[in-house]
Amino acid sequence: MAKTLVQEFTKGLWAEIPPFRLVLGLCPTLAITNTLENAYGMGVAVTFVLTFSNILISALRKIIPPKVRIVAFIVVIATFVIVVELVMQAYTYALFLKLGIFIPLIVVNCIPMGRAEAFASKNGMVRSALDGLGLGLGYTIALSVLATFRQVIATGAITIYETPISLFGPAFEPFRFLVEAPGAFICLGLMLGLMNILGKK
Amino acid sequence: MFGDLAVLFFSCVLINNILLIQYLGNCPFLGTSKKMETATGMAMAVVFVLVLAGIITWLVELYVLVPFNLKYLRTMAFILVIAALVQFVEMFLKKSIPALYTGLGIYLPLITTNCAVLGVCLINIQEEYNFFQMLISSFAYSAGFGLALVLFAGVRERILLARTPRPFQDTAIGLVTAGMLSLTFFAFKGWV
Repeated sequence: MAKTLVQEFTKGLWAEIPPFRLVLGLCPTLAITNTLENAYGMGVAVTFVLTFSNILISALRKIIPPKVRIVAFIVVIATFVIVVELVMQAYTYALFLKLGIFIPLIVVNCIPMGRAEAFASKNGMVRSALDGLGLGLGYTIALSVLATFRQVIATGAITIYETPISLFGPAFEPFRFLVEAPGAFICLGLMLGLMNILGKK
Repeated sequence: MFGDLAVLFFSCVLINNILLIQYLGNCPFLGTSKKMETATGMAMAVVFVLVLAGIITWLVELYVLVPFNLKYLRTMAFILVIAALVQFVEMFLKKSIPALYTGLGIYLPLITTNCAVLGVCLINIQEEYNFFQMLISSFAYSAGFGLALVLFAGVRERILLARTPRPFQDTAIGLVTAGMLSLTFFAFKGWV
């Protein structure tokens, strides 16, 4: 059963939305969802890498020998990660500093690697591009939802661009726990449980 | 000198635990912690590879990337070094130490995409550690990884026996448990 092109795109937004349905790429999900700005910045970076690595790997899928495919995929993904790294360093330096080590670590993020292996090496360029774009967008949405929840409850403010905007006024008692490490794990766990309830067939 | 290194060691194992505080290497953390045997196998493999990878990437940075002004290729150079190293270690162990090879088994190839390995190598460079500090930090971070993984596997084996609500089974409850474990490591903050 071949999917239509629209379905290739939309499956990433709900049916296979990472990191909830495909439990991949957890490290950045936990680490950078402390503010909304970090979350969608990371999401956009991953989307870029995922889309372009999918396109290139799909274009090269008949040339890459199966035995060295993993190394070939890593080289392709690493190339685009370096592009993202340099672009962010040049144009969004503050965000680059905040995301820090998690930008180079997109190389070992399971999502681009997983999609290269499971999808781009078997499908055409248009389909792979839509697949990458859809999953990347889904990842961005998922990170943003998680980050909004964590940041609003934990600090009573939300960062859309650079400066946090206070939402509840001075009477709000911040719940710092949620932006610290333990809160990240518990939030993501609860979110996964919630998605399981919503998605029950 | 010795005191500083000891402080570095304990802060890498406990205060900045790679899994629970720095959030690196979570995919194998959740994937291999369902049984104690797989957890110890993974922990040993990570210690072994991470110390070697730390040394080699540190030398690559010092003697290849910096002199030839290729720092912007660091990400690619490091991941390729790690991938090649893992492959090499696998072949070497298979030939000369088969007992260790069967012990580590399928966990060796998985390490290439373990972000804790690449992460620690990058941290070593960013913090501008010298050789001994790099050695201590590589070993201590991987020991911290093993400690957290084995503790978590012990807890998770018990959870299998408990009655969890259906939507929370497996990964969801695993993450909540990891949060509790992370809270205990959090208590070490302010110790040094």
